Amino acid sequence: MTSSNFRSWPLYLILTVISMPLVIMYVYLFVDTVTDTTAGSLIPDRFTLHHWRFLWEEPETGRVSIWTVTLNTFIFATCTTLINVSASVTAGYALSRLNLPFKRFFLGGILTLHAFPTITLIISIFLILQMIGLYNTLIGVILVKAALELPLGIWIMKGFFDNVPWEIEMAGLQDGASRFTVWWKLVLPQVQPGVAALSVFVFLSAWSEFILPQVLAPSGSAQVLSTYLSNLIFDDMKPDFNMFKSVGVFYALPVIIIYLIFNKQLMNIYGGGTKG
Amino acid sequence: MRISIENFTKSFGDTTVIEDMSLEIGDGEMLALLGPSGCGKSTTLFAICGIHRMNAGRLMFGDTDVTEVSSQKRNVGVVFQNYALYPHMNVYENIAFPLKVRKESKAEVDRKVQEIAGLVHIGELLQRRPMQLSGGQQQRVALARALIRKPDILLLDEPLANLDAKLRLEMRSEIRRIQLATGITAVLVTHDQVEAMSMCDRIALMDKGQIVQLSTPKDMYENPSSDFVAGFLGNPPIAFLDGTVADGEFRLANSQVTLPVPSGIEIPGEGAPMRFGVRPEFFQPGNPLKVPGKVSFVETQGREELYDVMLENGAVLRSIQSQNAGFRLGQEVSWGIEQDRVLAFGPDGNRL
Ligand SMILES: Nc1ncnc2c1ncn2[C@@H]1O[C@H](COP(=O)(O)OP(=O)(O)OP(=O)(O)O)[C@@H](O)[C@H]1O
Ligand SMILES: [Mg+2]
Repeated sequence: MTSSNFRSWPLYLILTVISMPLVIMYVYLFVDTVTDTTAGSLIPDRFTLHHWRFLWEEPETGRVSIWTVTLNTFIFATCTTLINVSASVTAGYALSRLNLPFKRFFLGGILTLHAFPTITLIISIFLILQMIGLYNTLIGVILVKAALELPLGIWIMKGFFDNVPWEIEMAGLQDGASRFTVWWKLVLPQVQPGVAALSVFVFLSAWSEFILPQVLAPSGSAQVLSTYLSNLIFDDMKPDFNMFKSVGVFYALPVIIIYLIFNKQLMNIYGGGTKG
Repeated sequence: MRISIENFTKSFGDTTVIEDMSLEIGDGEMLALLGPSGCGKSTTLFAICGIHRMNAGRLMFGDTDVTEVSSQKRNVGVVFQNYALYPHMNVYENIAFPLKVRKESKAEVDRKVQEIAGLVHIGELLQRRPMQLSGGQQQRVALARALIRKPDILLLDEPLANLDAKLRLEMRSEIRRIQLATGITAVLVTHDQVEAMSMCDRIALMDKGQIVQLSTPKDMYENPSSDFVAGFLGNPPIAFLDGTVADGEFRLANSQVTLPVPSGIEIPGEGAPMRFGVRPEFFQPGNPLKVPGKVSFVETQGREELYDVMLENGAVLRSIQSQNAGFRLGQEVSWGIEQDRVLAFGPDGNRL
């Protein structure tokens, strides 16, 4: 990246100045969660863990414990990822390799669905879930979220499968393996970077999903962190902003950690290559 | 195992790639499918191993009809042009894969892998990944994987195309050595005539989905059935002279020069077009049947020198001579053709 005839410090300087407000905001967000500030002052002056009390105190009556909600969010994100990824790797393979009838129609359909603003479907989804009794349940939101992310997942996995040389499959068949063994043992390992990237992507997307849980499972035991957070600020008579920020940080922490660990895999989604 | 292809036809959609081809390959024989790009060599190969279904015709391995048998059950080893090694497995796992699929015992797998690795000389590479191997080593691994379950037939699709010149030479004799050592029936697809001639017992020369000639390398070189075959075999290639029949002799086009027709051939009618093919080794200064011309191109090939001689009508003859003959570009020469080695072709390109 850095060649000798290209001085990088002016660039860094400009980038630093531009991103400064963002950085300050984040720093304040974090600092505010562990301090108290005297009214009218900008500088925090007391250290406190009071705003994090939701982690260990019994919830007020009518409220769910943060740990239940976190577990819900975790189940929601994990199940969505599992369903989405397993459907994407099979459907993507089929569209990439198998001689399906109506293949062009399916491909076109997937692209269209991907571009489709899903929010317009929410009313009908709501009605359907209510009809089949999955309204206000975690399973309902999981199914809906997994399905809505599916076009993107299938499309990405198809791209990865397209890059696997077909000779590898032919060699596998010739070596006596069944179609399934070839797919499972020879092809799937080649697209493993794609699977990893898609998993992280869907997990994060589900973790930060707000609209769907808000509309389809707004209250009670099916709550997730995003809805919990919004309830916190709307329900209370006297909102505690610093606690709100603490819950926010708590909610964002896994996302940040996952990004830090998996950012290389996430890049793969856009590369679409088999290198990894 | 004997392979016989009977009336094989293959089409992709509306285009028929192979039409009504029949071919018999003997037990333990190594046959080359030779031909220009796109003539249907790979298609034929893939039909033999079952990747492509035949649209019509019958395929027999020995006395068994395998036309409808799936790839997995045909017991054919294939080496693909790009080797198709499994990148996520090391060499050992690659070679062992066909055995693992058959659920053979660990000890058995290990014994066989070691044995085959010894045969193809890759004993020290077993723990490496395919990416960490040179082209020639990958080639050997691909061969080992194709051979490990003792297939009845070995198919090689342009196995040497991706290697550099020196390795190609080495692997040429290696593949032949391994084929002879195992006594396996092998089909080699190539568009390199040198490869086909040096490695195989017989060559099937293909053009546009047809087999044009099927014979031993030596016979095909000396007795090509058509000018296409003559032009395909030989390096440097044969030179052609176009002309017509005049008074029972061959008269060069746009020229008064006549050449006697080789003995024992049926001369077409007076005035009919005819073609002479002269291989470079049969156009030499010492031969009696002289044709005058001018040296128009000189290429030093190390041990030998290659000359192009332009005749007065613009046709070009090629000559290959041992080093230090000392002819220069532009020099007027009068070299001779060896009359009995001239190949004469009729108007349709077929040998007379
Ligand atoms: N899957 C396919 N669909 C349509 N046409 C095909 C397909 N495979 C091959 N062909 C056509 O069949 C013809 C023969 O192809 P084939 O691959 O057998 O040629 P080849 O002799 O192996 O050539 P090369 O030396 O370039 O590999 C070509 O014209 C090719 O375009
Ligand atoms: Mg080919």
